Amino acid sequence: MFKDLFQKKRKYATIPSERQERSGGPVEGERPKREIPEGLMSKCSKCGTIQYSKELEKNLKVCPSCGHHMRLNAAERIAMTLDPEGFIEFDSEMRSIDPLQFPGYASKLEQQQLKSGQPDAVITGQGSIGGHPVIVAVMNFEFFSGSMGSVVGEKITRAVEEATEKKLPMLIFSTSGGARMQESILSLMQMAKTSAALARFGEAGGLYISIITDPTTGGVSASFASLGDINIAEPGALFGFAGRIVIEQTIRQKLPDDFQTAEFNLEHGQLDMVVHRKEMRATLIKLLELHDVKGGF
Amino acid sequence: MAGELPFEMPLVEMRKKIAELQQFGAEKGIDFSDEVARLEERYRVLEEEVYSNISPSQKMHLARHQARPTSLDLMGFIFTDFIELHGDRLFGDDLAVVGGIGKLNGIPVTVIGQQRGKDTKDNIQRFFGSAHPEGFRKGLRLMRQADKFKRPIITFVDTKGAYPGNTAEERGQSEAIARNLLEMSQLGVPVICVVIGEGGSGGALALAVGNRVLMLEHAIYSAITPNGAASILWKDASKADQAAEAMRITAADLLEMEVIEEIVPEPRGGAHRDYEATAAAIKDSLWRHLQELSTMDSAELKEDRYRKFRKIGEFSEGQQELLSQEEEALDEEPSRSL
Repeated sequence: MFKDLFQKKRKYATIPSERQERSGGPVEGERPKREIPEGLMSKCSKCGTIQYSKELEKNLKVCPSCGHHMRLNAAERIAMTLDPEGFIEFDSEMRSIDPLQFPGYASKLEQQQLKSGQPDAVITGQGSIGGHPVIVAVMNFEFFSGSMGSVVGEKITRAVEEATEKKLPMLIFSTSGGARMQESILSLMQMAKTSAALARFGEAGGLYISIITDPTTGGVSASFASLGDINIAEPGALFGFAGRIVIEQTIRQKLPDDFQTAEFNLEHGQLDMVVHRKEMRATLIKLLELHDVKGGF
Repeated sequence: MAGELPFEMPLVEMRKKIAELQQFGAEKGIDFSDEVARLEERYRVLEEEVYSNISPSQKMHLARHQARPTSLDLMGFIFTDFIELHGDRLFGDDLAVVGGIGKLNGIPVTVIGQQRGKDTKDNIQRFFGSAHPEGFRKGLRLMRQADKFKRPIITFVDTKGAYPGNTAEERGQSEAIARNLLEMSQLGVPVICVVIGEGGSGGALALAVGNRVLMLEHAIYSAITPNGAASILWKDASKADQAAEAMRITAADLLEMEVIEEIVPEPRGGAHRDYEATAAAIKDSLWRHLQELSTMDSAELKEDRYRKFRKIGEFSEGQQELLSQEEEALDEEPSRSL
């Protein structure tokens, strides 16, 4: 009896499942659990450690136990990285249409918009970091796996053109599953469009810092994400062109666990550095200072 | 002719019937020439029907036809004095990409193409036309060289996609493709790209940032292979035909979306029926576009190329646009009620 009472408390902490979150209460038929407010605790998707959500937020959504960098949505990323004042969003009303009349695309778009509260997979705008004005594009994996269709391509291209015009540094935080299949060839062409805009920006002398976050693959990794004057990734971030399963099928071998991680890419010369989320803002400020771009390039 | 695709089977059947009838007549000494003539007339009608309505998935099979001319096949007919050049000067020589210098109607041009193998052994050496980073970098090296010597650049696109392997990833497949996209946009010479077979994904685009992008009539071009799309959408790669129908991959689709500038006609039944005729049609088109582009200086060529890709993409800009669409819909209302 007594033993039962003094069992490790952790056992009783309930982690709200997604189903519960959506329906706003326990799923029918399940035994009522102990009253713990929804979302109070969070579980690390990597090591399984359970902790107070508030603590995790304070720790910038990095697991205090294993250092796993959990995925952030675009709004969280902006709040964490930019100065709190003065962010001006560009093209906030731009939306995807269904140019190819692709089966199921229109309804999927609507569903993604409802789920994320965002019109598409990137937020662009002007803000500042440590007082340095910058143009930023922040991708959102929560929306359609961060896939790049016409809207993502156009918003990023416009942001880069704006940075060229205003002579401001360009920062892109990438996270994406690749080109958006439902816009097929139009998605593919966004790779060329964004890269061409960066070419002009580069020729004008602009500083482009690419920040690669988990995961960044396919058409985004094979365009603007790889083209930074400086390429930075968060620890553990998946960064590569082809998917693991496709590669394993091609070479008929199991790939090592660390394949395509930020650390793997650093070792293979694809990145300048891997920077912990806690150090990201300070690192960016330092780089902006080193390029002396306070007054434009 | 061997190598017919399933959609051509009614033609094969009919040819067989005609041949049988002729043989039977010869053996028995009966004159079937009227019947044969009638059948041949029906054959021509059927042929017209079959080849004038080739569906996207049928085009996919034509674009992948084993006998379809490869980059090297076509280069041999189109260019004279061709000298192949090798290597990326960084890692190796990727045989999935071939390139060199040749003459187009007497004018020196740099030619680069993705190269499928002609047989199994060749295919293994060439990774079935799927390039590693060194292939894209070899292409880029030759393009920079062309830029230096003011030679126009002609590329042939024919790949299922960049090679999806660990070695490619380790050597920076993403960076290699991205770098080509960036640098091709800045070339100060005319760049003309021809999709001759399958244009698959970033691996195709990495050699296709041109002032003009042309496609052979039955070539296909898409963000992902129809097989890849099917396995993502329906968890079943064998539904590639179904995906091909939905993805708008044909030359006609891309011309309509203003992704390409021109469709180069193929001989009836596909490029594999007549290499020489196919090459002649490409050469004719290349020459025409090259003459147009030759009037531009290097700044104009860069601007022209930037504009070409800058305008691609379809989206709405929110409330205002939605309102104007509604107004349009209202305007149309009366005509609908008539």
